[in-house]
Amino acid sequence: MSNSAAPSYNFAYLDEQTKRMIRRALLKAVAIPGYQVPFASREMPMPYGWGTGGIQVTAAVIGPDDCLKVIDQGSDDTTNAVSIRKFFAKVGDIETTEETERATVIQTRHRIPETELTEDQILVYQVPIPEPLRFLEPKETETRKMHALEEYGLMHVKLYEDISQHGEIATTYAYPVKVDGRYVMDPSPTPKFDNPKMNNMAALQLFGAGREKRIYAIPPYTEVVSLDFDDHPFSIQKWDEPCALCGTRDSFLDEVILDDQGGRMFVCSDSHHCAKRQAEGHRGALSADPALETEEVAP
Amino acid sequence: MTTRMPLISVEDLTVTYGDRIGCNGVSFDLFPGEVLGIVGESGSGKSTLLNAVSGQLEPAVGQIHYRTRLNETADIYRMSEPERRFLMRTDWAFVHQNPRDGLRMGVSAGANIGERLMGVGWRHYGEIRSTALSWLGKVEIFEDRVDDPPTTFSGGMQQRLQIARNLVSGPRLVFMDEPTGGLDVSVQARLLDLLRGLVSDLGLSAIIVTHDLAVARLLSHRLMVMQGGEVVESGLTDQVLDDPQHPYTQLLVSSILQV
Repeated sequence: MSNSAAPSYNFAYLDEQTKRMIRRALLKAVAIPGYQVPFASREMPMPYGWGTGGIQVTAAVIGPDDCLKVIDQGSDDTTNAVSIRKFFAKVGDIETTEETERATVIQTRHRIPETELTEDQILVYQVPIPEPLRFLEPKETETRKMHALEEYGLMHVKLYEDISQHGEIATTYAYPVKVDGRYVMDPSPTPKFDNPKMNNMAALQLFGAGREKRIYAIPPYTEVVSLDFDDHPFSIQKWDEPCALCGTRDSFLDEVILDDQGGRMFVCSDSHHCAKRQAEGHRGALSADPALETEEVAP
Repeated sequence: MTTRMPLISVEDLTVTYGDRIGCNGVSFDLFPGEVLGIVGESGSGKSTLLNAVSGQLEPAVGQIHYRTRLNETADIYRMSEPERRFLMRTDWAFVHQNPRDGLRMGVSAGANIGERLMGVGWRHYGEIRSTALSWLGKVEIFEDRVDDPPTTFSGGMQQRLQIARNLVSGPRLVFMDEPTGGLDVSVQARLLDLLRGLVSDLGLSAIIVTHDLAVARLLSHRLMVMQGGEVVESGLTDQVLDDPQHPYTQLLVSSILQV
């Protein structure tokens, strides 16, 4: 559809009063890193669970000069990412991109881009369940009190339970972190691989949970520590193979089943990162033209 | 020595539920190492009194002074909420009648015992686990059940697990609300044995609410008899049970089934 048609929506869909309300919540969230600020989440033209929180935060912070990137599970071309990019192109005539470096606002579900973010960027997370203590303590009044009084022993009960049942901390996503030495926060369902990236990140990180009506934030250069035990320290996922397309060994890999004979490949979940590396000439074991250069051979 | 100073001192405690009276003008002192039994029929205000004394139900009138580890006297309803909650999960223990109220049913026995330790900052898995194992031994649960959830335990085991979970933080004062309710007599006897051993080994003070006079006689040094929200008789356990003065106490003692 043409973007030059007369605008039938307010810029970036939400009305200005709503944006102001969300910005007030965002300011409070930035002032108290990791604290969940309630906000009057609106109905959005998409179902809960598709990023209604993230999209409202993005709508509240984005301006006409911004350039938007949306990723879902690290990928620029999944349904969720494509439709949210189109949405903002339509309701705000906003420029969109797949290049991490070019984007000024990046809305994400489940990943942090592999490319290091800068002070000029904002990372917006879509959050399904903002309360890290929820599965252990169902009462909202009680979890709020626990946050207020910094009673976080329960979070370690979950990690203890992981080790006792699986021999290691088996939580691999939504791995709880302590922000700025105070609030325990759910980093949304990003893999724990991405937790170290949140620590001292140059970019502003904003979290929106539409259904649960909560906003929280990590200001730039804030300490984010993953919880662990002294004798079971935090560690990130590792893979035996490099990416089959670009040969990298230090990005988060998705396992792709190739056939019903047990064939599989591991490939970067960050589609832009992988494509950029391939354009630079890096090749993996299953590249179409592996001749140029094979970084490493799987052991 | 401060042994003559009461650990907890209750003055003129009155709890009301609207116009109704939960308990009325109750006063008592509990000294370190002492076990106080509260007996009476259903609705006599026993549990109300216990909840008020243990900081969970604010009384309309009256004060509760607690002597902390630092040997300072604190009014438990005047301290800040974080202080009171900290006290409740470190220095105090509360054993519920129904173990499901006191246990976290979704996590393993080991995690249940370890919760208080992690709450005060223990961050070494190995130490938490070995402490949990040693406590399972103390409450006579096989160590190989440490990773099983309490849902797989019998009622008696759940009750013992609840006791372990509460005592692991080394509390000085234990509140028990009908700790043997809902258990069959042989399991009751074992539990009482265990409780008596733990209380004397650890030098605990305890307040035990029960309607079972046998439990009261076995565990408590002193007894308070309640009726209609008032304390009608109190004294040494044997004295109250062997020579009851108040008509209600006489009725209570004479209603024990003789087998």
